Amino acid sequence: MTEAFFNEMYDRDGLRMPYQMLEGWYQNMPAEFRALKQAEAEGLFRRYGITFAVYGEGGDPDRLIPFDMFPRVFGANEWRRLERGIKQRARALNAFLSDVYDRGEIIRAGRIPADLVYQNEAYEIAVAGFRPPLGVFSHIVGIDLVRTGADQFYVLEDNCRTPSGVSYMLENREVMMRMFPHLFQENRVAPVDGYARLLKRTLASVAPAKCERDPCVVLLTPGHYNSAYYEHSFLADLMGIELVEGQDLFVEGDFCWMRTTEGPKKVDVIYRRIDDAYLDPLCFRPDSTLGVPGLMNVYRSGGVTICSAPGAGVADDKAIYTYVPEMIRFYLGEAPILENVPTWQCAKADDLKYVQEHLAELVVKEVHGSGGYGMLVGPKADKATIEAFAAKLAANPSNYIAQPTLALSTCPTFVEEGIAPRHVDLRPYCLVGRDVELVPGGLTRVALTDGSLVVNSSQGGGVKDTWVIAEE
Amino acid sequence: MILTVFHKTRYDFASPVGGILQSHRLTPAKCDGQKVIDWKVEVPGAVMGELFRDGAGDYIQTVSLRMPVTHIEVTVSGKVETTDTSGILRGHRERVAPRAYMRHTMRTEANRAIRDLVDDALRGKEDAPELDRAHLLAAAVAEALPYRPGATHAHTTAAEAMTEGAGVCQDHTQVLIACAHIANMPARYVSGYLNATDDGSPHEASHAWAEIFVAGLGWVGFDASNKCCPNEHYIRLGSGLDAEDAAPIRGLVLGGAEETLDVTVLIEAQQQ
Repeated sequence: MTEAFFNEMYDRDGLRMPYQMLEGWYQNMPAEFRALKQAEAEGLFRRYGITFAVYGEGGDPDRLIPFDMFPRVFGANEWRRLERGIKQRARALNAFLSDVYDRGEIIRAGRIPADLVYQNEAYEIAVAGFRPPLGVFSHIVGIDLVRTGADQFYVLEDNCRTPSGVSYMLENREVMMRMFPHLFQENRVAPVDGYARLLKRTLASVAPAKCERDPCVVLLTPGHYNSAYYEHSFLADLMGIELVEGQDLFVEGDFCWMRTTEGPKKVDVIYRRIDDAYLDPLCFRPDSTLGVPGLMNVYRSGGVTICSAPGAGVADDKAIYTYVPEMIRFYLGEAPILENVPTWQCAKADDLKYVQEHLAELVVKEVHGSGGYGMLVGPKADKATIEAFAAKLAANPSNYIAQPTLALSTCPTFVEEGIAPRHVDLRPYCLVGRDVELVPGGLTRVALTDGSLVVNSSQGGGVKDTWVIAEE
Repeated sequence: MILTVFHKTRYDFASPVGGILQSHRLTPAKCDGQKVIDWKVEVPGAVMGELFRDGAGDYIQTVSLRMPVTHIEVTVSGKVETTDTSGILRGHRERVAPRAYMRHTMRTEANRAIRDLVDDALRGKEDAPELDRAHLLAAAVAEALPYRPGATHAHTTAAEAMTEGAGVCQDHTQVLIACAHIANMPARYVSGYLNATDDGSPHEASHAWAEIFVAGLGWVGFDASNKCCPNEHYIRLGSGLDAEDAAPIRGLVLGGAEETLDVTVLIEAQQQ
């Protein structure tokens, strides 16, 4: 095993506590049994209908995302600190959003440049001056984390719009419990299946003041052509709410209504999985047929709540990311618990110069890119690739940011020869409504290719069940 | 001055349509130089939503007709007391940060011709006060685009209008916004009404002009079409990033059919 990377199961002192019960499990597993289980897992995922798309990466919607049976485990103490850090960040991001759509104190205080916020594509003028119920803009905050040491975690990025992938967190657990029930008897694994109930409670807690009864919550999907449609229907089903498309809703008077067989029903909260631009053709893209005409008027006059709030994306922009620790200090008066990855803004001359001189050591990303595309992983790239990338960077520096290549932790993963360490990341899903809540777990993505640091499912990544266990 | 407004918009459809949804920006907000005495927006047969104010300070209202119809008629009538504020917008309650109006849309995106226009207009005036620079830009736009109805259409962009070399108030406004952005001044599109006077200059009763944010003064209106700043002859309805965003009526017809539009706008000064 490579010394340079933190191995979450075996460190210098040997077997780490959270993984204690798993050593015997994998060592005593006959190869044929393993193959059988792997096939069984695949069968279960097919039956549940979980397929490829995650994080809006695109790709073949019918391909299964590879599932690795070796769990990724956190001890309760490790998790407590993570949990505090994640909730702190989710609170700060929401405080930032309610500030920049109001007086912009953080900008007046000179802590964040005005143009970075107000000229950001994701900043919606239509929402300025409007305060959503409880002042919450981002109700589901997905925070992408990597680990580089026993106590060292970094936030790679925040997702304040509509982070996807939580269905994997739930299904991975479901599959593991069906296949290895005894593992869950031997280990005190904290359950994650309360997520749907918490999500529904969160959504209901932000119903508009005009709602005077049990709120009607719906999930708005762009439809079954969308790569995350499975997740939309899965979550709607778990929460016991209607899964709707734009054409199922309409605006009349001060409210948004759902067509039902018993006539129109007033909708109070919309958990939307549609991008801002498509939400309302009368406010945003006029050619959108996915949204609900007039919805933004109803929203802004307090007739319906949209989760996440249109314009929430300004908080998770890669250029804004740099300032999140500043937000935590400014709004909460606390020291950030989770660290940001040091980031060079190529829009700044000094940063650009450094990046250009150190391309071979850095990861360079597009400011608005996602899915691991359009990026340069310096240490893995050959000379020609670096040179080609240098030209792109020089042509449009402000389109790029750079970060050091992080020594991502590894977790044992089943491979042909047995088990081997593979790099992992983590996306927990923090819920923000009347309370800030986090189920103990998240989605662990794993780079299945030996030595690869890219965990994206479109580029050879898989997923694992993520455990938080009570320690003795 | 007391201005009376009568504004009727009628859409007729060749065959019945399934319904109509509109978002109206048809009610003037109070600000220095503009006080509403009397105002009414009527749409027979429609369900009218609550009138609310958005962050830009505009009154917005949702109007829907959820049944097969062959026409819709929107009638605005009212009376507003105005005074001349030299184009300066004051006493207007709004919440949007001026720098948010530095962004352009497809309609206000600059091209080479617009950049050249700005360079020429501001050459040697780099250190001039912002207000002077804004005036220079408005004058340059007026000169570059002679008023010519029919030269452009409802969807013409600023760049296209420059190529055409002529336009109407919508084009003047969108080109001026593009110019202001190049000069690093926030700018926005304003929809409203204009009381036509008899001085021989071109007028459109349903009118549009630009507002440019001038440090120290705030938002200042510039009507390039009439080579002036809005005065007591103007009624301000609302603003946006471009003609579409600031449109007094934005609408959507369900199950579209061929439509004909008939607009009547009468603005008169009531003798005091």
